[in-house]
Amino acid sequence: MIAVLIPSQLISYTDGATRVQAEGATVEAALDDLDRRYPGLKFRVIDEQDRVRRHMRLFVGCDETRDLRRPLAPGDELMIFGALSGG
Amino acid sequence: MAQPVQLLVGTRKGAWIFRSDAERRDWQVDGPHFLGAIIHHLVPDPREPGVLLMSASTGHLGPTIYRSEDNGRTWKEASRPPAFPKAEDAETARSVSHTFWLEPGHAAEPGVWWAGTSPPALFESRDGGMSWESVAGFNENPMYKAWVPPEAGTPDGPLLNQIRVDPRDPAHMYIATSTAGVFESADRARSWRPLNQNVEANFLPDPYPEFGQDAHYINFAPANPDRIWQQNHCGIYRLDRPGERWERIGKAMPQEIGDIGFTILGHPTCTATAWVFPMDGTEVWPRVSPGGRPAVYRTRDAGASWERQDQGFPREQGWFTVKRQAFCNDAGAPCGLYLGTTGGELWASGDEGESWRQIAAHLPEIYSVVAAPLP
Repeated sequence: MIAVLIPSQLISYTDGATRVQAEGATVEAALDDLDRRYPGLKFRVIDEQDRVRRHMRLFVGCDETRDLRRPLAPGDELMIFGALSGG
Repeated sequence: MAQPVQLLVGTRKGAWIFRSDAERRDWQVDGPHFLGAIIHHLVPDPREPGVLLMSASTGHLGPTIYRSEDNGRTWKEASRPPAFPKAEDAETARSVSHTFWLEPGHAAEPGVWWAGTSPPALFESRDGGMSWESVAGFNENPMYKAWVPPEAGTPDGPLLNQIRVDPRDPAHMYIATSTAGVFESADRARSWRPLNQNVEANFLPDPYPEFGQDAHYINFAPANPDRIWQQNHCGIYRLDRPGERWERIGKAMPQEIGDIGFTILGHPTCTATAWVFPMDGTEVWPRVSPGGRPAVYRTRDAGASWERQDQGFPREQGWFTVKRQAFCNDAGAPCGLYLGTTGGELWASGDEGESWRQIAAHLPEIYSVVAAPLP
């Protein structure tokens, strides 16, 4: 299982939870699993061309990634953040 | 006679609904809904009273659509919001930034909705707005790259900004874009042809091209869908079908006011009457009320002449900007007019523009105002 940190912008999908679990061997698989559990969440973060949206940031541990194919190992932590996006 | 009305207000920071009494004098406010979300358009379904569709995004999150079946009390998110098909070259592939315009389908097609997006594209839903399909007839048209050049746009991105379905024929449609002007389809969106004859594009080498115009807004004359009003980046126009050539009726506007603006409204029953809200289009395009004196202008002779209506508006230092979705009318008799400003003020006229009063202030930047009967 992967631990996933949910930013405030997305807690309406997770019933208020800021930490949830997901399964998947890649970032994309984990996001797909999240979307099954919390329908609609993935499209708010990833566009229809599988690109991370401009004002969203993904980290695996301390490493930022915009590559959805990045492998994940059990015990990894996937963090989703809303970047700064103006007032 | 007048009937209770609700105003569906989309702002840069959430949605509000204002509901009136039968005289349209007193207004009750309901909101905010989705505080902090950018609400581009909030539209009732005239075929299903109580059903609303809302286009939303946020500064961070991707665009989505919400549907309410209880007039805004509860909302359900679309399972598949408008999105382009997956492309082979992800670097240059299109993704929907936001849905700008929501249009209920023809009365004979319950559940059908159309959506216009930025970048300019057309989407269709057949299940009441819960899932959406890309309309290949426009989005994959061989001319698409010419119709949507990469450098074109508005401050909020290039737009497919209106969709109009002929009330007599669901296969007959018009769309307006900020990059290529107006298009017509006679085969239910499978093919499109430009419809811009005599419409100026003074920002292009050929000022009267086949396409390339910036059509800010198109509207049927409700009592005669063969009459189309257009507020363009370059003036006010009228087209009477089956004619092909737009007439620049804005030439009859006072010279010191000009004929620049975002929206044009047709009277619900009188085909010769329309309203515009002029904005300053001189020099660097301030896009505020000319001279700081807000006014609507009405024609009652199909654009041969215009009269100023400003009673109740600030007499000076009123620098209103009214975006293209934020000026609307109801279908009452007399009809009510409503406008929302980027400064968060909501104004109403219950007497066809003769007099105006502010019914709300201090809202966030208003993007859209839609008037509808209370369900």
